[in-house]
Amino acid sequence: MFVRIWPLFIKELLANWRDKHNRYLLIFAPIIELLIFSFTATQDVKNVPLAVLDQDRTSLSGELISRFEGSPQFSRVIRLNGTAEIAPVIDAGVAPAVLNIGSDFSRRLHAGEPAQIQLLLDGRRSNAAQIIQGYANEIVNRVNTELAQLGQGQGPPSVVVARTWFNPNSDTLWSTVPGLFVVIIAAFGMMVSGLSVARERELGSFEQLLVSPLTSTEILIGKALSALAIATTLGMIVMLIAMYGLGIPMQGSMFLLIAAMIVYLLSIIGVGLFISALSDTQQQAIIGVFMFLAPAILLSGYATPIASMPDWLQTVTLANPIRHFVVISKGLFLKDLPVDVVMAHLWPLALIAVVTLSAAAWLFRYKTA
Amino acid sequence: MSAPQVAWQNRLRRIAALIRKETRQIMRDPSTLIIAVILPMTLLFLFGYGVSFDARRIEIGLVIEEATPEAASFTTSLTSSPLFSTRTARDRHGFESDLVAGRIDGIVVLAAGFSAETLRGDRAPIQVIVDGSDANKATLVRNYLQGVWANWLMQEAVTRGEHPNLPMTIEPRVWFNPEVSSHHYLVPGSIAIILMLIGSLLTALVVAREWERGTMEALLATPVGIVELMAAKLIPYFVLGMITMTLATGTAIFLFGVPFRGSFAVLSLTSAMFLMTALGQGLLISTATRNQLVAAQGTMVSAFLPSFFLSGFVFEIAGMPFPLQIASYAIPARYFVSVLQTSFLAGDVWSVIWPNLAGMAVIASVYLAVTALITKTRLD
Repeated sequence: MFVRIWPLFIKELLANWRDKHNRYLLIFAPIIELLIFSFTATQDVKNVPLAVLDQDRTSLSGELISRFEGSPQFSRVIRLNGTAEIAPVIDAGVAPAVLNIGSDFSRRLHAGEPAQIQLLLDGRRSNAAQIIQGYANEIVNRVNTELAQLGQGQGPPSVVVARTWFNPNSDTLWSTVPGLFVVIIAAFGMMVSGLSVARERELGSFEQLLVSPLTSTEILIGKALSALAIATTLGMIVMLIAMYGLGIPMQGSMFLLIAAMIVYLLSIIGVGLFISALSDTQQQAIIGVFMFLAPAILLSGYATPIASMPDWLQTVTLANPIRHFVVISKGLFLKDLPVDVVMAHLWPLALIAVVTLSAAAWLFRYKTA
Repeated sequence: MSAPQVAWQNRLRRIAALIRKETRQIMRDPSTLIIAVILPMTLLFLFGYGVSFDARRIEIGLVIEEATPEAASFTTSLTSSPLFSTRTARDRHGFESDLVAGRIDGIVVLAAGFSAETLRGDRAPIQVIVDGSDANKATLVRNYLQGVWANWLMQEAVTRGEHPNLPMTIEPRVWFNPEVSSHHYLVPGSIAIILMLIGSLLTALVVAREWERGTMEALLATPVGIVELMAAKLIPYFVLGMITMTLATGTAIFLFGVPFRGSFAVLSLTSAMFLMTALGQGLLISTATRNQLVAAQGTMVSAFLPSFFLSGFVFEIAGMPFPLQIASYAIPARYFVSVLQTSFLAGDVWSVIWPNLAGMAVIASVYLAVTALITKTRLD
């Protein structure tokens, strides 16, 4: 059996290599995607402008504004001249936040009354708004502490100092790249396997394969193995770039990650071959691949947390191979995830692989019979 | 009738005939309807239900090393918050492995001797550990815990009979989205991504198929001019795209409860312009590649992914490196995401609509002009 599959395996690799477009797409697209998207996939709020309306115009309010100016989170301070200017600034998105210091600010401070500073935030980006509010609170709390030390008023509630494990500098790149690695290899595993049968059907070379001594299961094994070889090679290239090009640490075992990646790719290729067997044309296969990939990526916990989804949807995500490998990849890159936790996510992947590959084999036999 | 008039009439007749042909093709091919209706609705449901930054239930492991009355009081205020789901233990070892495994989002440690005396310092006598493998969530968890902590301290001071007064406090007010729901901006933004994908995929695949099958050469050999041909290809898909847009807007408003504060006239105008950029990009891709497979992959790589990553719909453009911020201006979805977020949440703000409409108009004309140019030179 192996002797018969081997030439098919080689033929598949050559077919993928020979097409010029395909070759460039296979080599460059994953690398370019990794490099570009790792820098864009950020929820960091920094270098944002802040608009300030100072109705108090005293040295106290000026001192407070200079604290905001000096903060590295805000790129610059836009000074407003009246309340009428607030709405246009927020509406037009010139600044995501406006600090409004009332005219009684310094009077209240001197009198020992609580001085409230209004912070108006653009809710069109509520995630950013919440983070900016956090920055503002930090700055005001620092000023409060200083005032308390000077004997003016009460000190602010003590500040919770959090330690960030696994990513001590809270580097966004560290948290996005391991996820991006998972998504990129899924896209390529799907593309390579999803189109293979459909392309041959459309070109007519599929009939030639069928009249060869190969059984339909052997054809499928040959196609799965060649797709696996291509995707694994690409995955390792992407992984090495992540480690040595982007400086992502590998806390866990690299070999465990590669082994898990092979199981993961098999589950992805199973889905790809199933779609390929189902479709008559390449166009249908492409749509099928996309119909699987887009939801699977969105529901993988890669861009937004799974815990924020409704409970029924969280249950659905258990059948999603990308979800499981995101946990393994983040865990092994950043956390030295223990083997038993890796296994807890690896067996669902193996199960998905077995189910999808046998479904593809069944559909393949059924459609060719 | 004068000669130019006849020429115009012929031209319109030819366009009408081509549109009829195109429409029939759409009706006959199930894959077109899948792209125009099923794919966008599926994606919108997923974005609507599955994509959110709002923490629903933050899993916290609370370590109480010594059971003091203060520790008990803090535990009550943490467990009574609907935001947190708290488990308690006497030591942290179990929680540390839970954090590694991702079963909890953070650990709060109340060390031995957690009592009234230790609360007076300016550093909290509690230790917080968050999971940095999701940097955004780590920041939010830390902010929420700080909030719970500050509230609890206030409460304690009040029960002791003190009247704590901070010199100054921030009083936040969130405009357009007072309930601070990320849903309300993610759903409108996702419409832009979906429409970009549908628009470019529709034209990219269909025109590439005509090139592949050779029917494009046959069409070009007829008296039909390039502009007529492009118009005939664009109009039916434009109508289809507007139908998709209507469905998506209706779903966002009625199913997902996103408020709509703008006007439908402005929304239609801006959607039409955005759809032209999407259809134009698809047309350009298919004309340049003339191959369905490459066209489809080109659409994913040049239309869908950049829209997803560079439009500011889910990621922060201001947080990206400078060259990528510049590059984002070439992405039509960047403009439409701003328009949609404003139309849904703020209203018809012309200072947002005009510049974005102009940006989309420039991109659409560039795509269409380049497509016409390539079609012409390829025939020679």
